Amino acid sequence: MTQVDQNALTQFLLRLGDNTLVLGHRVSEWCGHSPVLEEDIALANTALDLIGQTQLWLGLAAEVKGNDSSADKLAFLRDAWDFRNVLLVELPNGDFGQTLMRQFLFDAWQSIMLGRLIKSSDPRIAAIAEKVSKEVTYHVERSSGTVVGLGDGTDESHARMQVALDYLYPYVGEMFLSDDTDAAMVQAGIAPDPSSLRAEYDALVGKVMAEATLVIPDRAYTHKGGRTGYMHTEHLGHILTSMQWLQRTYPGAEW
Amino acid sequence: MYAQMIKTARAGIKTRDEMSDLERDFQDKIDRDIKIEPRDWMPDDYRATLIRQIGQHAHSEVVGQLPEGNWITRAPTLERKAILLAKVQDEAGHGLYLYSAAETLGESRDELTRLLHEGKMKYSSIFNYPTLNWADMGAVGWLVDGAAIVNQVALQRTSYGPYARAMVRICKEESFHARQGYHAMMKMAFGTPEQKAMAQSALDRLWFPSIMMFGPSDAESTHSEQSMAWKIKVKSNDELRQQYIDQTVPQIEYLGLDLPDPSLKWNEETGHYDYGEPDWSEFFDVIKGNGPCNVDRLRNRVKAWEDGAWVRDGLMAHARKKAAAKVAAQ
Repeated sequence: MTQVDQNALTQFLLRLGDNTLVLGHRVSEWCGHSPVLEEDIALANTALDLIGQTQLWLGLAAEVKGNDSSADKLAFLRDAWDFRNVLLVELPNGDFGQTLMRQFLFDAWQSIMLGRLIKSSDPRIAAIAEKVSKEVTYHVERSSGTVVGLGDGTDESHARMQVALDYLYPYVGEMFLSDDTDAAMVQAGIAPDPSSLRAEYDALVGKVMAEATLVIPDRAYTHKGGRTGYMHTEHLGHILTSMQWLQRTYPGAEW
Repeated sequence: MYAQMIKTARAGIKTRDEMSDLERDFQDKIDRDIKIEPRDWMPDDYRATLIRQIGQHAHSEVVGQLPEGNWITRAPTLERKAILLAKVQDEAGHGLYLYSAAETLGESRDELTRLLHEGKMKYSSIFNYPTLNWADMGAVGWLVDGAAIVNQVALQRTSYGPYARAMVRICKEESFHARQGYHAMMKMAFGTPEQKAMAQSALDRLWFPSIMMFGPSDAESTHSEQSMAWKIKVKSNDELRQQYIDQTVPQIEYLGLDLPDPSLKWNEETGHYDYGEPDWSEFFDVIKGNGPCNVDRLRNRVKAWEDGAWVRDGLMAHARKKAAAKVAAQ
Protein backbone atom coordinates (compact mmCIF):
# COMPACT_ATOMS: atom_id res chain seq x y z
CA MET A 1 0.00 0.00 0.00
CA THR A 2 1.32 3.41 -0.97
CA GLN A 3 1.94 5.71 2.00
CA VAL A 4 -0.97 8.05 2.30
CA ASP A 5 -1.27 11.27 4.22
CA GLN A 6 -3.03 10.27 7.45
CA ASN A 7 -4.88 13.57 7.72
CA ALA A 8 -6.33 13.05 4.26
CA LEU A 9 -7.30 9.49 5.15
CA THR A 10 -9.03 10.73 8.30
CA GLN A 11 -10.95 13.32 6.28
CA PHE A 12 -12.00 10.70 3.81
CA LEU A 13 -13.28 8.40 6.57
CA LEU A 14 -15.10 11.26 8.29
CA ARG A 15 -16.94 11.92 5.04
CA LEU A 16 -18.18 8.34 4.95
CA GLY A 17 -19.02 8.19 8.65
CA ASP A 18 -20.66 11.60 8.88
CA ASN A 19 -22.91 10.79 5.91
CA THR A 20 -24.26 7.72 7.65
CA LEU A 21 -24.43 9.38 11.08
CA VAL A 22 -26.42 12.39 9.94
CA LEU A 23 -28.71 10.41 7.63
CA GLY A 24 -29.25 7.81 10.38
CA HIS A 25 -30.26 10.62 12.71
CA ARG A 26 -32.71 12.03 10.19
CA VAL A 27 -34.30 8.66 9.43
CA SER A 28 -34.64 7.87 13.15
CA GLU A 29 -36.79 11.00 13.55
CA TRP A 30 -39.58 9.02 11.86
CA CYS A 31 -39.83 6.51 14.67
CA GLY A 32 -43.51 5.87 15.43
CA HIS A 33 -44.80 8.43 12.91
CA SER A 34 -44.68 6.66 9.56
CA PRO A 35 -47.63 5.94 7.25
CA VAL A 36 -47.92 2.24 8.06
CA LEU A 37 -46.45 -0.17 10.60
CA GLU A 38 -44.24 -1.92 8.04
CA GLU A 39 -42.63 1.44 7.28
CA ASP A 40 -42.00 2.13 10.96
CA ILE A 41 -40.10 -1.14 11.06
CA ALA A 42 -38.25 -0.49 7.81
CA LEU A 43 -37.25 3.05 8.76
CA ALA A 44 -36.00 1.99 12.19
CA ASN A 45 -34.10 -0.80 10.50
CA THR A 46 -32.51 1.57 7.98
CA ALA A 47 -31.54 4.01 10.73
CA LEU A 48 -30.07 1.15 12.73
CA ASP A 49 -27.98 0.00 9.76
CA LEU A 50 -26.74 3.54 9.20
CA ILE A 51 -25.74 3.98 12.85
CA GLY A 52 -23.97 0.60 12.72
CA GLN A 53 -22.06 1.77 9.64
CA THR A 54 -21.19 4.98 11.47
CA GLN A 55 -19.60 2.96 14.27
CA LEU A 56 -17.38 1.25 11.69
CA TRP A 57 -16.37 4.31 9.67
CA LEU A 58 -15.89 6.68 12.59
CA GLY A 59 -14.24 3.90 14.56
CA LEU A 60 -11.64 3.57 11.82
CA ALA A 61 -11.33 7.35 11.52
CA ALA A 62 -10.57 7.47 15.26
CA GLU A 63 -8.00 4.71 14.89
CA VAL A 64 -6.22 6.58 12.10
CA LYS A 65 -6.44 9.85 13.98
CA GLY A 66 -4.89 8.25 17.05
CA ASN A 67 -4.42 9.83 20.47
CA ASP A 68 -7.52 9.11 22.50
CA SER A 69 -10.05 9.60 19.72
CA SER A 70 -13.10 7.34 19.48
CA ALA A 71 -16.17 7.00 17.28
CA ASP A 72 -18.30 8.50 20.07
CA LYS A 73 -15.98 11.47 20.56
CA LEU A 74 -16.09 12.16 16.83
CA ALA A 75 -19.87 11.90 16.71
CA PHE A 76 -20.72 13.79 19.86
CA LEU A 77 -17.92 16.29 20.44
CA ARG A 78 -17.18 17.92 17.09
CA ASP A 79 -18.91 21.12 16.11
CA ALA A 80 -20.72 21.70 12.83
CA TRP A 81 -17.71 23.03 10.90
CA ASP A 82 -15.82 19.78 11.50
CA PHE A 83 -18.55 17.64 10.00
CA ARG A 84 -17.86 16.28 6.52
CA ASN A 85 -21.20 14.89 5.37
CA VAL A 86 -22.74 15.97 2.08
CA LEU A 87 -25.54 18.53 2.42
CA LEU A 88 -28.11 16.10 1.01
CA VAL A 89 -28.24 13.99 4.18
CA GLU A 90 -28.81 16.89 6.56
CA LEU A 91 -31.85 18.23 4.71
CA PRO A 92 -35.14 17.91 6.65
CA ASN A 93 -37.32 14.83 6.30
CA GLY A 94 -40.23 16.74 4.76
CA ASP A 95 -43.03 14.33 3.95
CA PHE A 96 -42.53 10.59 3.62
CA GLY A 97 -41.91 11.03 -0.11
CA GLN A 98 -39.08 13.49 0.44
CA THR A 99 -37.50 11.17 3.01
CA LEU A 100 -37.60 8.18 0.70
CA MET A 101 -36.41 10.22 -2.31
CA ARG A 102 -33.44 11.50 -0.27
CA GLN A 103 -32.78 7.93 0.82
CA PHE A 104 -32.77 6.63 -2.73
CA LEU A 105 -30.53 9.41 -4.05
CA PHE A 106 -28.06 8.60 -1.28
CA ASP A 107 -28.42 4.79 -1.40
CA ALA A 108 -27.73 4.79 -5.14
CA TRP A 109 -24.46 6.70 -4.62
CA GLN A 110 -23.48 4.64 -1.58
CA SER A 111 -24.05 1.31 -3.29
CA ILE A 112 -21.81 2.29 -6.18
CA MET A 113 -19.15 3.75 -3.89
CA LEU A 114 -19.07 0.64 -1.72
CA GLY A 115 -18.69 -1.57 -4.80
CA ARG A 116 -15.45 0.29 -5.51
CA LEU A 117 -14.26 0.40 -1.91
CA ILE A 118 -14.42 -3.40 -1.71
CA LYS A 119 -11.32 -3.24 -3.92
CA SER A 120 -9.59 -0.63 -1.74
CA SER A 121 -5.85 -1.02 -1.18
CA ASP A 122 -6.54 -0.46 2.53
CA PRO A 123 -7.76 -3.84 3.80
CA ARG A 124 -9.63 -2.24 6.72
CA ILE A 125 -11.71 -0.16 4.33
CA ALA A 126 -12.23 -3.09 1.98
CA ALA A 127 -13.48 -5.20 4.89
CA ILE A 128 -15.99 -2.59 6.06
CA ALA A 129 -17.22 -2.04 2.51
CA GLU A 130 -17.71 -5.77 2.04
CA LYS A 131 -19.68 -6.07 5.27
CA VAL A 132 -21.82 -3.00 4.71
CA SER A 133 -22.57 -3.47 1.01
CA LYS A 134 -24.98 -6.32 1.74
CA GLU A 135 -27.30 -4.11 3.76
CA VAL A 136 -26.93 -1.23 1.35
CA THR A 137 -27.97 -3.48 -1.55
CA TYR A 138 -31.19 -4.03 0.36
CA HIS A 139 -31.57 -0.29 1.08
CA VAL A 140 -31.39 0.55 -2.64
CA GLU A 141 -33.93 -2.12 -3.50
CA ARG A 142 -36.34 -0.80 -0.91
CA SER A 143 -35.93 2.93 -1.54
CA SER A 144 -36.00 2.56 -5.33
CA GLY A 145 -39.11 0.36 -5.05
CA THR A 146 -40.87 2.96 -2.95
CA VAL A 147 -39.85 5.82 -5.24
CA VAL A 148 -41.25 3.88 -8.21
CA GLY A 149 -44.42 2.94 -6.31
CA LEU A 150 -45.16 6.49 -5.24
CA GLY A 151 -44.01 8.16 -8.48
CA ASP A 152 -46.23 5.83 -10.48
CA GLY A 153 -49.07 5.76 -7.91
CA THR A 154 -51.87 8.32 -7.69
CA ASP A 155 -51.81 11.86 -9.09
CA GLU A 156 -51.12 13.15 -5.60
CA SER A 157 -48.27 10.78 -4.85
CA HIS A 158 -46.77 11.47 -8.27
CA ALA A 159 -46.92 15.23 -7.71
CA ARG A 160 -45.38 14.96 -4.26
CA MET A 161 -42.53 12.80 -5.50
CA GLN A 162 -41.78 15.24 -8.32
CA VAL A 163 -41.66 18.09 -5.79
CA ALA A 164 -39.27 16.03 -3.65
CA LEU A 165 -37.00 15.26 -6.61
CA ASP A 166 -36.96 18.90 -7.72
CA TYR A 167 -36.02 20.01 -4.19
CA LEU A 168 -33.33 17.40 -3.61
CA TYR A 169 -31.70 17.08 -6.99
CA PRO A 170 -29.51 20.21 -6.71
CA TYR A 171 -27.81 18.48 -3.76
CA VAL A 172 -26.88 15.37 -5.74
CA GLY A 173 -23.87 16.85 -7.51
CA GLU A 174 -21.87 17.31 -4.31
CA MET A 175 -21.40 13.55 -4.00
CA PHE A 176 -19.34 13.60 -7.21
CA LEU A 177 -17.04 16.56 -6.54
CA SER A 178 -13.31 15.92 -6.11
CA ASP A 179 -10.63 17.73 -4.14
CA ASP A 180 -7.09 17.14 -2.84
CA THR A 181 -8.30 14.59 -0.31
CA ASP A 182 -9.87 12.53 -3.08
CA ALA A 183 -6.73 12.89 -5.21
CA ALA A 184 -4.66 11.48 -2.33
CA MET A 185 -7.08 8.53 -2.00
CA VAL A 186 -6.94 7.83 -5.72
CA GLN A 187 -3.16 7.96 -5.71
CA ALA A 188 -2.93 5.47 -2.85
CA GLY A 189 -5.49 3.16 -4.44
CA ILE A 190 -7.78 3.60 -1.43
CA ALA A 191 -10.83 5.01 -3.14
CA PRO A 192 -12.01 6.05 -6.62
CA ASP A 193 -12.30 9.61 -7.83
CA PRO A 194 -15.92 10.51 -6.97
CA SER A 195 -16.49 11.93 -10.43
CA SER A 196 -15.80 8.48 -11.87
CA LEU A 197 -19.01 7.18 -10.24
CA ARG A 198 -21.29 9.64 -11.99
CA ALA A 199 -22.06 7.74 -15.19
CA GLU A 200 -23.11 4.64 -13.32
CA TYR A 201 -25.16 6.74 -10.92
CA ASP A 202 -26.93 8.61 -13.70
CA ALA A 203 -27.78 5.32 -15.38
CA LEU A 204 -29.26 3.85 -12.19
CA VAL A 205 -31.15 6.98 -11.16
CA GLY A 206 -32.32 7.54 -14.74
CA LYS A 207 -33.76 4.04 -14.91
CA VAL A 208 -35.59 4.32 -11.60
CA MET A 209 -37.00 7.78 -12.33
CA ALA A 210 -38.21 6.63 -15.76
CA GLU A 211 -40.04 3.76 -14.11
CA ALA A 212 -41.39 6.17 -11.50
CA THR A 213 -42.57 8.47 -14.35
CA LEU A 214 -40.61 11.33 -12.75
CA VAL A 215 -38.57 13.94 -14.59
CA ILE A 216 -34.99 14.60 -13.50
CA PRO A 217 -34.41 18.38 -13.36
CA ASP A 218 -31.71 19.94 -15.49
CA ARG A 219 -28.40 19.70 -13.71
CA ALA A 220 -27.84 23.44 -13.68
CA TYR A 221 -26.65 24.05 -10.18
CA THR A 222 -24.99 22.07 -7.38
CA HIS A 223 -25.18 23.08 -3.74
CA LYS A 224 -21.95 22.19 -2.00
CA GLY A 225 -19.85 22.80 1.09
CA GLY A 226 -20.77 19.86 3.32
CA ARG A 227 -18.04 17.35 2.48
CA THR A 228 -15.37 20.04 2.70
CA GLY A 229 -16.91 21.60 5.81
CA TYR A 230 -16.82 25.00 4.13
CA MET A 231 -20.54 25.71 4.45
CA HIS A 232 -23.21 23.39 5.83
CA THR A 233 -26.93 24.16 5.78
CA GLU A 234 -28.62 25.79 8.77
CA HIS A 235 -30.13 22.39 9.60
CA LEU A 236 -26.94 20.71 10.81
CA GLY A 237 -26.64 22.86 13.93
CA HIS A 238 -30.11 21.82 15.04
CA ILE A 239 -29.33 18.16 14.46
CA LEU A 240 -26.21 18.44 16.61
CA THR A 241 -28.08 20.37 19.29
CA SER A 242 -30.19 17.34 20.07
CA MET A 243 -27.68 14.64 19.13
CA GLN A 244 -24.87 16.00 21.29
CA TRP A 245 -26.88 17.44 24.14
CA LEU A 246 -26.21 14.81 26.82
CA GLN A 247 -22.51 14.45 26.02
CA ARG A 248 -22.08 18.22 26.07
CA THR A 249 -24.11 18.81 29.23
CA TYR A 250 -22.48 16.06 31.29
CA PRO A 251 -18.86 15.93 30.09
CA GLY A 252 -16.92 12.81 30.98
CA ALA A 253 -19.95 10.75 32.07
CA GLU A 254 -20.21 7.16 30.91
CA TRP A 255 -23.50 6.00 29.47
CA MET B 1 -48.52 -6.24 30.56
CA TYR B 2 -49.89 -4.46 27.60
CA ALA B 3 -53.51 -5.49 27.95
CA GLN B 4 -55.41 -4.41 31.03
CA MET B 5 -59.01 -4.00 32.13
CA ILE B 6 -60.19 -6.16 29.26
CA LYS B 7 -63.95 -6.46 29.47
CA THR B 8 -64.94 -10.05 29.02
CA ALA B 9 -67.72 -10.07 26.48
CA ARG B 10 -69.92 -12.04 28.82
CA ALA B 11 -70.91 -11.32 32.40
CA GLY B 12 -70.81 -14.37 34.66
CA ILE B 13 -69.96 -17.95 33.82
CA LYS B 14 -72.33 -20.53 32.42
CA THR B 15 -72.68 -23.77 34.32
CA ARG B 16 -72.20 -27.03 32.37
CA ASP B 17 -75.94 -27.51 32.28
CA GLU B 18 -76.46 -24.12 30.71
CA MET B 19 -73.90 -24.82 27.97
CA SER B 20 -74.79 -26.14 24.51
CA ASP B 21 -73.00 -29.28 23.27
CA LEU B 22 -70.56 -27.15 21.29
CA GLU B 23 -69.82 -25.01 24.30
CA ARG B 24 -69.26 -28.07 26.49
CA ASP B 25 -66.82 -29.59 23.97
CA PHE B 26 -65.04 -26.26 23.78
CA GLN B 27 -64.73 -25.96 27.56
CA ASP B 28 -63.49 -29.57 27.78
CA LYS B 29 -60.72 -28.80 25.35
CA ILE B 30 -59.71 -25.77 27.38
CA ASP B 31 -59.78 -27.77 30.59
CA ARG B 32 -57.52 -30.39 29.00
CA ASP B 33 -55.09 -27.63 27.88
CA ILE B 34 -55.72 -28.24 24.20
CA LYS B 35 -55.07 -25.04 22.26
CA ILE B 36 -57.91 -23.43 20.34
CA GLU B 37 -56.94 -22.81 16.71
CA PRO B 38 -58.42 -20.29 14.23
CA ARG B 39 -60.64 -22.79 12.39
CA ASP B 40 -62.00 -24.41 15.55
CA TRP B 41 -65.47 -23.55 16.76
CA MET B 42 -65.43 -21.01 19.59
CA PRO B 43 -68.12 -19.05 21.46
CA ASP B 44 -68.69 -15.58 20.02
CA ASP B 45 -67.89 -14.03 23.39
CA TYR B 46 -64.56 -15.86 23.55
CA ARG B 47 -63.69 -14.50 20.11
CA ALA B 48 -64.78 -10.97 21.01
CA THR B 49 -62.84 -11.00 24.28
CA LEU B 50 -59.69 -12.20 22.56
CA ILE B 51 -59.96 -9.59 19.83
CA ARG B 52 -60.19 -6.91 22.51
CA GLN B 53 -57.22 -8.26 24.42
CA ILE B 54 -54.94 -8.96 21.45
CA GLY B 55 -55.94 -5.67 19.82
CA GLN B 56 -55.16 -3.68 22.94
CA HIS B 57 -51.87 -5.50 23.25
CA ALA B 58 -50.99 -4.70 19.62
CA HIS B 59 -51.95 -1.04 20.04
CA SER B 60 -49.71 -0.86 23.12
CA GLU B 61 -46.72 -2.05 21.12
CA VAL B 62 -47.39 0.56 18.45
CA VAL B 63 -48.06 3.50 20.76
CA GLY B 64 -45.16 2.26 22.91
CA GLN B 65 -42.81 3.37 20.14
CA LEU B 66 -43.49 7.00 21.02
CA PRO B 67 -42.08 7.40 24.56
CA GLU B 68 -38.88 5.66 23.53
CA GLY B 69 -38.73 7.28 20.13
CA ASN B 70 -38.68 10.53 22.10
CA TRP B 71 -35.03 9.80 23.03
CA ILE B 72 -33.55 8.18 19.92
CA THR B 73 -32.21 11.43 18.51
CA ARG B 74 -30.70 12.31 21.90
CA ALA B 75 -29.16 8.95 22.81
CA PRO B 76 -25.75 9.69 24.34
CA THR B 77 -23.58 7.15 22.49
CA LEU B 78 -23.73 5.40 19.14
CA GLU B 79 -24.18 2.07 20.89
CA ARG B 80 -27.08 3.31 23.02
CA LYS B 81 -28.68 4.81 19.92
CA ALA B 82 -28.37 1.49 18.09
CA ILE B 83 -29.79 -0.47 21.05
CA LEU B 84 -32.75 1.88 21.33
CA LEU B 85 -33.47 1.74 17.60
CA ALA B 86 -33.35 -2.04 17.67
CA LYS B 87 -35.74 -2.11 20.61
CA VAL B 88 -38.27 0.20 19.03
CA GLN B 89 -38.05 -1.79 15.82
CA ASP B 90 -38.77 -4.98 17.77
CA GLU B 91 -41.82 -3.35 19.32
CA ALA B 92 -43.26 -2.39 15.97
CA GLY B 93 -42.61 -6.00 14.94
CA HIS B 94 -44.54 -7.26 17.97
CA GLY B 95 -47.42 -5.03 16.93
CA LEU B 96 -47.34 -6.72 13.54
CA TYR B 97 -47.46 -10.30 14.93
CA LEU B 98 -50.28 -9.36 17.28
CA TYR B 99 -52.39 -7.73 14.58
CA SER B 100 -51.84 -10.89 12.56
CA ALA B 101 -53.03 -12.99 15.52
CA ALA B 102 -56.15 -10.78 15.68
CA GLU B 103 -56.67 -11.28 11.94
CA THR B 104 -56.91 -15.04 12.51
CA LEU B 105 -60.03 -14.21 14.55
CA GLY B 106 -61.53 -12.28 11.65
CA GLU B 107 -60.68 -8.71 12.69
CA SER B 108 -58.55 -6.64 10.31
CA ARG B 109 -55.68 -4.41 11.33
CA ASP B 110 -57.33 -1.43 9.63
CA GLU B 111 -60.50 -1.91 11.68
CA LEU B 112 -58.57 -2.19 14.94
CA THR B 113 -56.59 0.92 14.01
CA ARG B 114 -59.80 2.80 13.31
CA LEU B 115 -61.18 1.83 16.73
CA LEU B 116 -57.97 3.00 18.41
CA HIS B 117 -58.02 6.31 16.58
CA GLU B 118 -61.67 6.90 17.48
CA GLY B 119 -60.87 6.27 21.13
CA LYS B 120 -62.97 3.08 21.18
CA MET B 121 -60.01 0.86 21.97
CA LYS B 122 -57.22 1.46 24.44
CA TYR B 123 -53.54 0.77 24.85
CA SER B 124 -51.63 0.19 28.07
CA SER B 125 -51.87 3.03 30.60
CA ILE B 126 -48.07 3.03 31.01
CA PHE B 127 -47.48 4.71 27.66
CA ASN B 128 -49.38 7.77 28.79
CA TYR B 129 -46.51 8.79 31.04
CA PRO B 130 -43.73 11.02 29.71
CA THR B 131 -40.06 10.02 29.33
CA LEU B 132 -38.17 12.93 30.86
CA ASN B 133 -34.52 12.01 31.22
CA TRP B 134 -32.12 9.48 29.71
CA ALA B 135 -32.48 7.10 32.67
CA ASP B 136 -36.13 6.69 31.65
CA MET B 137 -34.85 4.67 28.69
CA GLY B 138 -33.20 2.26 31.10
CA ALA B 139 -36.19 2.26 33.43
CA VAL B 140 -38.69 1.61 30.64
CA GLY B 141 -36.72 -1.43 29.50
CA TRP B 142 -36.16 -2.70 33.01
CA LEU B 143 -39.51 -1.91 34.68
CA VAL B 144 -42.02 -1.71 31.85
CA ASP B 145 -40.70 -4.54 29.70
CA GLY B 146 -40.04 -6.39 32.96
CA ALA B 147 -43.70 -6.10 33.97
CA ALA B 148 -44.78 -7.07 30.46
CA ILE B 149 -42.66 -10.21 30.65
CA VAL B 150 -44.20 -11.36 33.93
CA ASN B 151 -47.60 -11.18 32.28
CA GLN B 152 -46.55 -12.53 28.92
CA VAL B 153 -44.66 -15.52 30.27
CA ALA B 154 -47.99 -16.53 31.81
CA LEU B 155 -49.75 -15.83 28.50
CA GLN B 156 -47.53 -18.33 26.70
CA ARG B 157 -49.99 -20.83 28.20
CA THR B 158 -53.09 -18.92 27.08
CA SER B 159 -55.74 -21.03 25.37
CA TYR B 160 -55.72 -19.43 21.91
CA GLY B 161 -52.90 -20.99 19.89
CA PRO B 162 -51.80 -18.05 17.69
CA TYR B 163 -51.72 -15.70 20.70
CA ALA B 164 -49.76 -18.18 22.84
CA ARG B 165 -47.22 -18.71 20.05
CA ALA B 166 -46.83 -14.96 19.46
CA MET B 167 -46.09 -14.63 23.18
CA VAL B 168 -43.28 -17.17 23.04
CA ARG B 169 -41.50 -15.17 20.38
CA ILE B 170 -42.24 -11.81 21.96
CA CYS B 171 -41.03 -12.93 25.40
CA LYS B 172 -37.59 -13.79 24.05
CA GLU B 173 -37.16 -10.27 22.70
CA GLU B 174 -38.67 -8.60 25.76
CA SER B 175 -36.26 -10.44 28.07
CA PHE B 176 -33.41 -9.08 26.04
CA HIS B 177 -34.86 -5.57 26.30
CA ALA B 178 -35.26 -5.85 30.07
CA ARG B 179 -31.62 -6.91 30.47
CA GLN B 180 -30.43 -4.06 28.27
CA GLY B 181 -32.62 -1.65 30.23
CA TYR B 182 -31.16 -2.80 33.51
CA HIS B 183 -27.65 -2.46 32.12
CA ALA B 184 -28.36 1.13 31.06
CA MET B 185 -29.80 1.75 34.53
CA MET B 186 -26.62 0.40 36.17
CA LYS B 187 -24.52 2.85 34.18
CA MET B 188 -26.72 5.66 35.47
CA ALA B 189 -27.02 4.50 39.08
CA PHE B 190 -23.27 3.88 39.35
CA GLY B 191 -22.35 7.00 37.36
CA THR B 192 -21.94 10.66 38.29
CA PRO B 193 -24.19 12.24 40.97
CA GLU B 194 -26.29 13.80 38.20
CA GLN B 195 -26.73 10.44 36.51
CA LYS B 196 -27.69 8.80 39.77
CA ALA B 197 -30.27 11.55 40.34
CA MET B 198 -31.72 10.85 36.89
CA ALA B 199 -31.93 7.14 37.74
CA GLN B 200 -33.72 7.87 41.02
CA SER B 201 -36.15 10.23 39.31
CA ALA B 202 -36.95 7.65 36.65
CA LEU B 203 -37.58 4.96 39.26
CA ASP B 204 -39.72 7.23 41.42
CA ARG B 205 -41.89 8.32 38.51
CA LEU B 206 -42.28 4.93 36.82
CA TRP B 207 -42.63 2.60 39.81
CA PHE B 208 -46.33 3.00 40.54
CA PRO B 209 -47.34 3.27 36.87
CA SER B 210 -45.47 0.02 36.24
CA ILE B 211 -47.16 -1.90 39.05
CA MET B 212 -50.50 -0.48 37.88
CA MET B 213 -49.86 -2.15 34.51
CA PHE B 214 -51.28 -5.36 36.01
CA GLY B 215 -54.64 -3.70 36.49
CA PRO B 216 -56.71 -3.22 39.62
CA SER B 217 -56.90 -5.78 42.38
CA ASP B 218 -58.83 -8.93 41.47
CA ALA B 219 -61.34 -8.15 44.17
CA GLU B 220 -62.39 -5.16 42.06
CA SER B 221 -61.94 -6.72 38.67
CA THR B 222 -65.31 -7.84 37.40
CA HIS B 223 -64.16 -9.47 34.21
CA SER B 224 -61.53 -11.88 35.37
CA GLU B 225 -63.66 -14.90 36.17
CA GLN B 226 -64.82 -15.85 32.68
CA SER B 227 -61.43 -14.99 31.17
CA MET B 228 -59.79 -17.31 33.70
CA ALA B 229 -62.26 -20.12 32.94
CA TRP B 230 -61.47 -19.74 29.24
CA LYS B 231 -57.77 -19.55 30.05
CA ILE B 232 -57.47 -16.30 28.13
CA LYS B 233 -56.10 -15.07 31.42
CA VAL B 234 -53.93 -17.53 33.28
CA LYS B 235 -52.98 -15.80 36.51
CA SER B 236 -54.72 -13.13 38.54
CA ASN B 237 -53.67 -9.48 38.50
CA ASP B 238 -52.55 -9.60 42.12
CA GLU B 239 -50.52 -12.78 41.70
CA LEU B 240 -48.68 -11.28 38.74
CA ARG B 241 -48.12 -7.95 40.49
CA GLN B 242 -46.69 -9.69 43.58
CA GLN B 243 -44.37 -11.79 41.45
CA TYR B 244 -43.13 -8.67 39.69
CA ILE B 245 -42.55 -6.76 42.92
CA ASP B 246 -40.73 -9.70 44.50
CA GLN B 247 -38.31 -9.94 41.61
CA THR B 248 -37.80 -6.20 41.18
CA VAL B 249 -37.12 -4.97 44.72
CA PRO B 250 -33.75 -6.77 45.04
CA GLN B 251 -32.77 -5.26 41.68
CA ILE B 252 -33.53 -1.78 43.04
CA GLU B 253 -31.40 -2.54 46.11
CA TYR B 254 -28.51 -3.72 43.93
CA LEU B 255 -28.58 -0.38 42.11
CA GLY B 256 -28.23 1.40 45.45
CA LEU B 257 -31.30 3.54 44.75
CA ASP B 258 -33.87 4.54 47.36
CA LEU B 259 -37.02 2.43 47.32
CA PRO B 260 -39.77 4.34 45.48
CA ASP B 261 -42.42 3.30 48.03
CA PRO B 262 -41.77 3.47 51.81
CA SER B 263 -44.15 0.54 52.37
CA LEU B 264 -41.94 -1.89 50.46
CA LYS B 265 -40.76 -4.34 53.11
CA TRP B 266 -39.92 -8.02 53.12
CA ASN B 267 -42.55 -10.01 55.00
CA GLU B 268 -41.09 -13.18 56.56
CA GLU B 269 -44.51 -14.61 57.17
CA THR B 270 -45.86 -14.38 53.63
CA GLY B 271 -42.50 -14.82 51.95
CA HIS B 272 -43.29 -11.78 49.79
CA TYR B 273 -42.71 -8.05 49.81
CA ASP B 274 -45.45 -5.91 51.26
CA TYR B 275 -46.17 -2.84 49.16
CA GLY B 276 -48.23 0.31 49.24
CA GLU B 277 -51.39 0.59 47.18
CA PRO B 278 -50.95 2.68 44.08
CA ASP B 279 -53.26 5.63 43.63
CA TRP B 280 -55.99 3.87 41.69
CA SER B 281 -57.86 7.11 41.05
CA GLU B 282 -54.84 8.14 38.97
CA PHE B 283 -55.03 4.83 37.12
CA PHE B 284 -58.70 5.34 36.27
CA ASP B 285 -57.96 8.89 35.18
CA VAL B 286 -55.30 7.64 32.79
CA ILE B 287 -57.60 4.90 31.48
CA LYS B 288 -60.29 7.53 30.87
CA GLY B 289 -57.91 9.59 28.78
CA ASN B 290 -56.70 12.07 31.37
CA GLY B 291 -53.14 10.86 31.83
CA PRO B 292 -50.23 13.23 31.22
CA CYS B 293 -49.71 12.15 27.59
CA ASN B 294 -52.98 10.54 26.43
CA VAL B 295 -54.04 13.35 24.15
CA ASP B 296 -50.64 13.87 22.56
CA ARG B 297 -49.95 10.16 22.06
CA LEU B 298 -53.23 9.58 20.27
CA ARG B 299 -52.94 12.78 18.26
CA ASN B 300 -49.51 11.71 17.09
CA ARG B 301 -50.78 8.33 15.98
CA VAL B 302 -53.79 9.82 14.20
CA LYS B 303 -51.61 12.42 12.51
CA ALA B 304 -49.16 9.73 11.33
CA TRP B 305 -52.07 7.76 9.90
CA GLU B 306 -53.72 10.74 8.20
CA ASP B 307 -50.47 12.20 6.86
CA GLY B 308 -49.64 8.78 5.47
CA ALA B 309 -52.92 8.30 3.59
CA TRP B 310 -51.45 9.52 0.31
CA VAL B 311 -48.54 7.07 0.69
CA ARG B 312 -50.78 4.07 1.28
CA ASP B 313 -53.07 5.13 -1.57
CA GLY B 314 -50.15 5.72 -3.90
CA LEU B 315 -48.56 2.35 -3.24
CA MET B 316 -51.91 0.56 -3.62
CA ALA B 317 -52.59 2.34 -6.91
CA HIS B 318 -49.16 1.31 -8.19
CA ALA B 319 -49.71 -2.30 -7.13
CA ARG B 320 -53.04 -2.33 -8.99
CA LYS B 321 -51.43 -0.90 -12.14
CA LYS B 322 -48.73 -3.55 -12.03
CA ALA B 323 -51.23 -6.33 -11.52
CA ALA B 324 -53.33 -5.05 -14.42
CA ALA B 325 -50.27 -4.82 -16.66
CA LYS B 326 -49.37 -8.40 -15.76
CA VAL B 327 -52.84 -9.63 -16.66
CA ALA B 328 -52.76 -7.69 -19.93
CA ALA B 329 -49.43 -9.27 -20.83
CA GLN B 330 -50.72 -12.81 -20.33
